[in-house]
Amino acid sequence: MTLIDPVWTSLLYLAAAVCFILALKGLNSPRTARRGNLVGAFGAALAVATVFFSVKMDNVPWILGAMVVGSGVAAPVARQVKMTQMPQLVALFNGVGGGAAALVALLELGHTEDAAVRVAIVFTLLVGAVSFAGSGITFSKLQELMTTRPVVFPGLPPLMAAVLLAAVAAAVGVVFSGSLTLALVLVLLGLAAGVLLVLPVGGADVPIVISLLNAFTGLAVAASGLVLGNVLLVVAGTLVGASGTILTRAMAAAMGRSVAGILFGAFRGGSTAGSTAVSDRPVRSSSAEDVAVLLGYAQRVIIVPGYGLAVAQGQHTAAELALALEERGIDVDFAIHPVAGRMPGHMNVLLAEANVPYESLKEMAEINSEFRTADVALVVGANDVVNPAAKTTAGSPIYGMPILEVADARQVVFLKRSTRPGFAGIENDLMYEPQTTLLFGDAKDSLTKVLSAVKAL
Amino acid sequence: MDGIALLTITVLAVFVGFEVVSKVSSTLHTPLMSGANAIHGIILVGAIIVAGQASDPWVLAVALLAVVLATANLVGGFVVTDRMLEMFRGRKKQLPAKKPEAVDAKAKEGTR
Repeated sequence: MTLIDPVWTSLLYLAAAVCFILALKGLNSPRTARRGNLVGAFGAALAVATVFFSVKMDNVPWILGAMVVGSGVAAPVARQVKMTQMPQLVALFNGVGGGAAALVALLELGHTEDAAVRVAIVFTLLVGAVSFAGSGITFSKLQELMTTRPVVFPGLPPLMAAVLLAAVAAAVGVVFSGSLTLALVLVLLGLAAGVLLVLPVGGADVPIVISLLNAFTGLAVAASGLVLGNVLLVVAGTLVGASGTILTRAMAAAMGRSVAGILFGAFRGGSTAGSTAVSDRPVRSSSAEDVAVLLGYAQRVIIVPGYGLAVAQGQHTAAELALALEERGIDVDFAIHPVAGRMPGHMNVLLAEANVPYESLKEMAEINSEFRTADVALVVGANDVVNPAAKTTAGSPIYGMPILEVADARQVVFLKRSTRPGFAGIENDLMYEPQTTLLFGDAKDSLTKVLSAVKAL
Repeated sequence: MDGIALLTITVLAVFVGFEVVSKVSSTLHTPLMSGANAIHGIILVGAIIVAGQASDPWVLAVALLAVVLATANLVGGFVVTDRMLEMFRGRKKQLPAKKPEAVDAKAKEGTR
């Protein structure tokens, strides 16, 4: 195969890097976001095409075959995944990216004697392995293959410290000796560190960890770019590392948390306490017909959708209910907590999918003062985002998280499967208040029943 | 490329990375994260280079595994991001005029 001039390679890589910057820029605004993503994909395609013509390549059929396998698996999954399961898919893709970076660095180890390059190699190995294993645990938590509650055990902090120290020692050893065996030990330590890092994180904070691990993978890719002397990998990886860090902080801020608090909160103890006790206090449960009457004769209804709505695939029914109420002359809005669903902005995506008009989706800052004027706040499958413990209970894991002021509404109706605690594992006192009514059941079933009862009014 | 030039590029890229997402609204946090996730799939370029230079079958096998993983990251990342954003487009059709100001309100809230 004839190779192109190295200058052309550099220029094409530069074009790809510019595409990535424009992609991130475009993703800043809903109007340009989709185009931005396509620009990014174009840049990636350009770079991948370029590499085949820029260095002497063997095994090309094998490589193309591997690319067909990779996209053959990923594209259909990405296209068909339910939007509710999208966060764990992002975690998975992030993890395999980190794994790929670590493998590339591992293979380059034999090709270099340069200590500076070996430093970049051990960095890639460690961070890539942490990202791979951490993303795996994140995936298991979101997919509920394992408990979503923080997993802490005595001796976790010293164990983590020991693993990190051993990793640093192994890394130093690899830099001096270039030993492949030691590099494999380093990878294993990195995997252990990734697991230990994510285990103590509570379910509600997992999205923030995905974002953090995403930044990690970016840094690993940048370091692998230093290993290979490939400017595009350096630029793209650094861009993701830097923007991912900012994004992680912004997400944490939206939840009123600090990143350090999320990662190490469970270490300090206390944050998981008080969540296992299931109360046997009486609640007021009610029938779908009663709820329909409450809603049908209200003047203003605010619907608070949560993850329960999404897992039940009830967003379309919720949209229909809102429409039916509006036809009766009732003012209906959706109050969207920044972290409703499982990731910031997740709920907006889900409701947009159900064709809820944009103007009905109100952000928390906008709607919180309006609960006072609402006759009914209908909380569908949400719990933590309306839990007053965030304001009142200083020891609670969600303490300090801004919540939707549902308690200000004249009546509160919860559609829930049970009174069991939400994703963060904390009981919600609001459910036991006198103005609260509960309708038990799957969110979609309940909404369907309420909808037909409203139509029959 | 010499070390200083790479360092310069890295540092500049850090600042671009900070700058480019500093004002994003919380509505777009998820797609932005997913888009950034797709971009680091460009490690595929590295995996291809390594696989293209492999002569030992074991090295080739590991490199091809890296190619598969990196392709999954890259292709899957862009496809899933596009699917998320497709839904934003549906909404824009209905209310083109309303969008910018509402997004501004969110941006303020998200960065507070």
